[in-house]
Amino acid sequence: MSDNVAPASKPVKTTGLHIGDPAPGVKKVDPIIIADGVKRTFGGLTAVDVAHVEIPRGAITALIGPNGAGKTTFFNLLTGFDKPDEGKWEFDGRSLAHVPAYRVARMGLIRTFQLTKALGLLTVLDNMKLGAKQQTGENLFRSVLPFLWRKQEEEIEEKAKEILTRFKLDAKQEDYAASLSGGQRKLLEMARALMSDPTLVMLDEPMAGVNPALTQSLLDHILDLKSQGMTVLFVEHDMHMVRHIADWVIVMAEGKIVAEGDPHEVMQDPAVIDAYLGAHHDTDLGDSDDEHVTAMKELIDDEQ
Amino acid sequence: MESTQAVRPHSRGRWLILLGLLLSALTLSGIAASPAMADEGGTDGQAEEFEYFFSGNVKYNDEPLEGVSISVSGGGFEAETETDENGQWTLGVPEKEAYELTLDEDTLPEGVIVEDGQSTIEAEFGLTNRKAVNFFLGEGQRVTTDYGAQVLIRVVNGLNFGLLLALAAIGLSLIFGTTGLSNFAHAEMITFGALMMLTFSTTLAFPVWLAIIIAIALSGGLGWALDAGLWKPLRKRGVALIPLMIVSIGLSLALRYTFQFFYGGGTRQLPGATIPSEIRLGPILLSWIDVVSMATSVVVLLAVAFFLLRTRIGKATRAVSDNAPLAAASGIDVDRVIRIVWILGGALAGLAGILWAYFRPGVSWDMGFQILLLVFAAVTLGGLGTAFGALVGSLIVGLFIEVSTLWLPSDMKYVGALLVLILVLLFRPQGILGRRERIG
Amino acid sequence: MIDFLAILGNAAQQLISPTTAAYALAALGLAIHFGYTGLLNFGQAGFMALGAYGFAISTLSFGFPVWASVLVGIAASIVFALILGIPTLRLRADYLAIVTIAAAEILRLIFTTNTFDEVTGSASGLQGYKGGIAALNPIPDGTYGFGPFTYNAYDWWIRILGWTVVILAAIFTWLLMRSPWGRVIKGIREDEDAVRALGKNVYSYKMQSLILGGVFGTLAGMIFILPRAVVPANYQTSLTFFIYAILLLGGAATILGPIVGAMIFWVLLSFFSGFVSRAVEAGWFPFMSPVQAGQLTFILVGVGIMLLVVFRPQGIFGNKKELAFVR
Ligand SMILES: Nc1ncnc2c1ncn2[C@@H]1O[C@H](COP(=O)(O)OP(=O)(O)OP(=O)(O)O)[C@@H](O)[C@H]1O
Ligand SMILES: [Mg+2]
Repeated sequence: MSDNVAPASKPVKTTGLHIGDPAPGVKKVDPIIIADGVKRTFGGLTAVDVAHVEIPRGAITALIGPNGAGKTTFFNLLTGFDKPDEGKWEFDGRSLAHVPAYRVARMGLIRTFQLTKALGLLTVLDNMKLGAKQQTGENLFRSVLPFLWRKQEEEIEEKAKEILTRFKLDAKQEDYAASLSGGQRKLLEMARALMSDPTLVMLDEPMAGVNPALTQSLLDHILDLKSQGMTVLFVEHDMHMVRHIADWVIVMAEGKIVAEGDPHEVMQDPAVIDAYLGAHHDTDLGDSDDEHVTAMKELIDDEQ
Repeated sequence: MESTQAVRPHSRGRWLILLGLLLSALTLSGIAASPAMADEGGTDGQAEEFEYFFSGNVKYNDEPLEGVSISVSGGGFEAETETDENGQWTLGVPEKEAYELTLDEDTLPEGVIVEDGQSTIEAEFGLTNRKAVNFFLGEGQRVTTDYGAQVLIRVVNGLNFGLLLALAAIGLSLIFGTTGLSNFAHAEMITFGALMMLTFSTTLAFPVWLAIIIAIALSGGLGWALDAGLWKPLRKRGVALIPLMIVSIGLSLALRYTFQFFYGGGTRQLPGATIPSEIRLGPILLSWIDVVSMATSVVVLLAVAFFLLRTRIGKATRAVSDNAPLAAASGIDVDRVIRIVWILGGALAGLAGILWAYFRPGVSWDMGFQILLLVFAAVTLGGLGTAFGALVGSLIVGLFIEVSTLWLPSDMKYVGALLVLILVLLFRPQGILGRRERIG
Repeated sequence: MIDFLAILGNAAQQLISPTTAAYALAALGLAIHFGYTGLLNFGQAGFMALGAYGFAISTLSFGFPVWASVLVGIAASIVFALILGIPTLRLRADYLAIVTIAAAEILRLIFTTNTFDEVTGSASGLQGYKGGIAALNPIPDGTYGFGPFTYNAYDWWIRILGWTVVILAAIFTWLLMRSPWGRVIKGIREDEDAVRALGKNVYSYKMQSLILGGVFGTLAGMIFILPRAVVPANYQTSLTFFIYAILLLGGAATILGPIVGAMIFWVLLSFFSGFVSRAVEAGWFPFMSPVQAGQLTFILVGVGIMLLVVFRPQGIFGNKKELAFVR
């Protein structure tokens, strides 16, 4: 199984990201995001309760955890799509409390969604162009005077085509996004996120539902982002992928950060095994959790 | 604070409006109420020396009232006249200006008053030299009621209205919860109940209790038929929610005018709608119909609550509202639940229609549409798709509408309720008992 | 016997009637709301009422010149859009629907109540505001035209005026929708969270769209009252539903759709009601009265809306691929 997605060459891992022993909430040398006491409850359920976490800059960080651990909710909180009950968090030294989602995006923090949000009745190219920042023609009054924005539009189009070519979607550029396959939509969403030259890209399960043939190219794209100087934070259930490309792993369970560390070491942390197996014991919604457990066991075997 | 106020049993007064307002010429069937029109070309009477005339027609229960004194004043001019044997009056005035016209309530028969204390009306001429001025008469006693008692009266009226709204709102809310449909045709399901009641009780002369049972059963049947014949096939086709909502708008339009096609544009009364109010509770005067209506609402609402909370199918209904795919996966027959919800929603709407016909009072082709927005407001206030929210929302809307007539003119009373809806959404967007959706 | 020529003539008149122009413009505004942005505005009748009353009251009560009266109407509709939009544009689409329909009813009730009779004319409405428009008429007095299209100078003038506004609005919309602004708007229709995640101020764009479409509705309301009086009963919820019918007929996310949709709608409606009422008079349908013939028209519109949505949701002009509805 693991051989299917085996890397052609081993990616270069960034190391020395943390200060002191890797433990939940460990300090980072150069954090891009710092969250403190962020808590979100839904009725009686505490979905997220993060005491302290820092995301290292210029690296690929994976956020893992069993289903319902609160990963997506944490993403929503960080990007302004949801508001925490309490806590503070900052991006690039600027506090994000009460900053609306679109401003967060303009600050350079772009996210994708677990359930892909391709804009179905726009063409693939229009989807891409929408991602570009600071467009003159997006102002109501200037938009009716095409000569004001035509030149910028051409530049954006060129950039969009270039990225689409990289993602092998150039043949589809005139099609409606609704006609793309699930995996292609994931690609499109990622490509679209790149249109704004973000500093931090947050991907919520970029691999879910993507056909294995595309997995390798997706991995390469993520690694590519790092080599271009971007920071990546992604949620993923596929442990092979995590181990393969992540420089740092943060493990969540029941809303809390239970472990942090280097991808190889963190897998051996008893807290992590506990998180997955514990989740398994507590719930009776079999299937999906079983998968994690098998994946974990497989991984732990791999390591040894 | 003291004020002169009509003690009105319920809003029957609105039906007793005599002059000018009924637009029921569209009626086909002979049994329709004959419209009392105060036409602008009434008898000329005295005052030939003037160029401009106010005129009107004073009737109560379709009987002209003779000898009612009407006076006009304004611009230093004053005059007075009395109605003739046809209840008609004319007053000439020297200028095309605004005048104040006053009906002397002391010259009205015992137990009759001018509605809403509007015995003085300010009137102005339009384009013609004649202006019809109408005083709306209602049943009641001229008594001085203190402020607290007035509030109490309105509260009771509001509860009555709110309870009947709740019957309709819960059905709408259950349908929304289980199918996601914002059903604009719910208005016509309300009207349908009242029309069936009218048909069986008045036209076919069945006993009232039997007519009510038949009308409610047929309303449930309409709910079933709509689901089986229209909504279920559309669901199977995979039509999205917004198009479905627009289909319901089309359906509402088509049904409403179908009702008008067959029943005409007039307003007709259900049997017993005009029995006098004789139950006195402190300052509050109620009729048997009010009492029975409120009691029925409460009993039916309790039964619905029992159904939702205690019965298997009720629990299944709530499960489907919560998460239809999950409910389906755990073995609940979603189609069956939806069918039952439609039947229940139809029957509740039908009952609401009958009670609304007594409350207004009167049956007309667009009576459901008149309160549709209030029902929507109630459902939205409570939080879309929560049955108990719909109940709370209805009571708030009902109470607010009646109590607000303390400050608002009665032709603006719905304005207050709709404003409250907008304000609540501003501060509690998910409604009073609703919850927020998940993102991502 | 039935005079088919007269029926056809009457129907043909609807092609260029100012009423058709008003419906076309109101539908174009709704296309911006619903077709392009995905906003469920069920209060277009309210925007039209604001145009009508804003214009008429400014003229009658304050003696404003035409241009100022038009501006007052537009300003009123902008304020209205803000009041509607601020609470609801952050919420799910169906909340906007309920709030707009409620707000339009509030307006109608306020225009109908006796309390403000001096300004609004209450239930009998307003007239006598057309002087300013008539004075601007460059066409010399007389009767012009041919066949069914024979009108006097004022009637021609309001037709020219109405359709000019429609055409200008259509061009403006066309320019907008092929610009990056239009792209954002259409993106919001597809998935507003995705657009928000790309750094667009979705709330502001929705508000701009609501205002713009509302202003179109307001201008439509002004055109609507040129051939008739201002009567509050005209601004009922069913007016909005008729405009939806036109929009769905033509195609929700198109520019020509609302315009041609309005023409087809009114020509067909006029033909149908003309035919049925004459047929009833001629005794073809002995079971029906002339009044019922009128109601049949409404029933037909209702059924038409249902059939269109189910069987041709993209309308006449809509791209088969770009179904405004599929999500
Ligand atoms: N809007 C909401 N209302 C109520 N509960 C919610 C809401 N959003 C999330 N939750 C709950 O919060 C918990 C965390 O959910 P979240 O989506 O963050 O998990 P996750 O870690 O992303 O899971 P997965 O790996 O399955 O995507 C879950 O128990 C979920 O049911
Ligand atoms: Mg998730």
